[in-house]
Amino acid sequence: MQDRGRPGLAHLGVPRSGALDQPAFKLANRLVGNAEEAAVLEATLSGVAVRAGAACHVAVTGAPAPVTVDGRPAAWGVPLEVAAGAVLRVGAAERGVRSYLAVSGGLMVEAVLGSRSTDLLSGLGPPPLRAGDRLPVGDPQGPPAALDMAPYPAPGDDIVLEAHLGPRDEWCATRTLLEAAYQVSPDSNRVGLRLSGRPLARLREGELPSEGAVTGAVQVPPDGQPIVLLADHPTTGGYPVVAVVAERDLPKCAQARPGARVRFRLLPPTGLSGGRAE
Amino acid sequence: MIPVGTRALLVEVAGQAEVRALYAEALRRRAAGDFHADDVVPGARTVLFDGLASAGSLARSLPGWTWVPESGSDGPVVEVPAVYDGEDLPAVGAAWGMTPAEVGRTHSSFEYTVAFCGFSPGFAYMTGLPPRLAVGRLETPRTAVPAGSIAVAGEFTAIYPRSSPGGWRLIGRTDLELWDVHRDPPALLGPGVRVRFVEAGP
Repeated sequence: MQDRGRPGLAHLGVPRSGALDQPAFKLANRLVGNAEEAAVLEATLSGVAVRAGAACHVAVTGAPAPVTVDGRPAAWGVPLEVAAGAVLRVGAAERGVRSYLAVSGGLMVEAVLGSRSTDLLSGLGPPPLRAGDRLPVGDPQGPPAALDMAPYPAPGDDIVLEAHLGPRDEWCATRTLLEAAYQVSPDSNRVGLRLSGRPLARLREGELPSEGAVTGAVQVPPDGQPIVLLADHPTTGGYPVVAVVAERDLPKCAQARPGARVRFRLLPPTGLSGGRAE
Repeated sequence: MIPVGTRALLVEVAGQAEVRALYAEALRRRAAGDFHADDVVPGARTVLFDGLASAGSLARSLPGWTWVPESGSDGPVVEVPAVYDGEDLPAVGAAWGMTPAEVGRTHSSFEYTVAFCGFSPGFAYMTGLPPRLAVGRLETPRTAVPAGSIAVAGEFTAIYPRSSPGGWRLIGRTDLELWDVHRDPPALLGPGVRVRFVEAGP
């Protein structure tokens, strides 16, 4: 279960959490006439099946997957009308990783700290779903969208992530990150996209004092294999962050399958400060 | 001041007192509407401004901010009833050159201040231990540290708000509820809170 997450509590150690592929999540909600940030299901690779307790509209976005209603093929990426008692099935993702299933009215489980997001790192929010769980649904907010096809870039297996250098690029041989190609590790999850490939050598001795980290931060642990921090990442950490993936490329991280090839491309400095001097 | 992507800024300062002062000034200015940030996150030597509506305007205004570091925090005080019977008490005693019983008396004789949170919700990194009493982490972290464990590592003291893996050295425990999502704020020990451990006997 995911919605916009829990911004504003990072100083207490609460991860932001929230849907990993934000454009797909918002699109699913718009398709069924919900507010953009209503709670939806985020299915990871293997899909999900739900039985409608009452007639409703649903939409599946994100990772393309076969969709059926009572066994009959139905369309992906459009609003679907589902009768009471019908079973909607989202199959295994054909490309990408995370499919989003929105229901008109939104999923109305109890919010924790203002959000219905399941936070896999800290255990906040509803636990991951299990077969037989019943999910309350809210009242429809508006009519489903009247459109035939919603544009959505297909997730690929050859991914380029644009990133800004820093804040701690001088702690590691950050050049390596830009020259080498990496593979998405199967250990990746909502906390981080783990990459394997040529390790980034450490250039500085000692430990970096713990500091706040942002989503998209490319963190380098002692083994030199970079990790892109995703929505459920810890709020502070002591491993150097050598680059930050552009916000518009975070959906690519959400949809990067194990084994996919990842390369980094450097964005020009933001010019936000005159230099590194205090 | 270091840009972190396009929507965040990391400000480095000299030490804990400066972090506290800058963090307090940032909260005051954010409440006054000077800037918008989703999160202002203190660290050991930094303050992170994340989710900025305009990183550029904050970057321009920050050099004009003034803040006065104070030697101590003026935050609220929380008393923590502590039983000093942790598994690592003998090892910490050896490192500190004292008996296990003296570890508890020594640890509870200092006042601590929450420098920052992280690792998990409500996990507070508290300063206040003198540098001569810094001990290293365990070589191999425990897979499960019980909730309420009082622990030390490096310059910090912490209390595990819930059971989790952990590599800090365990010296005691408390039954204080450190984290409650129905409380506002949910963390008992937020940045700036002062903490006194009160030895509650075995």
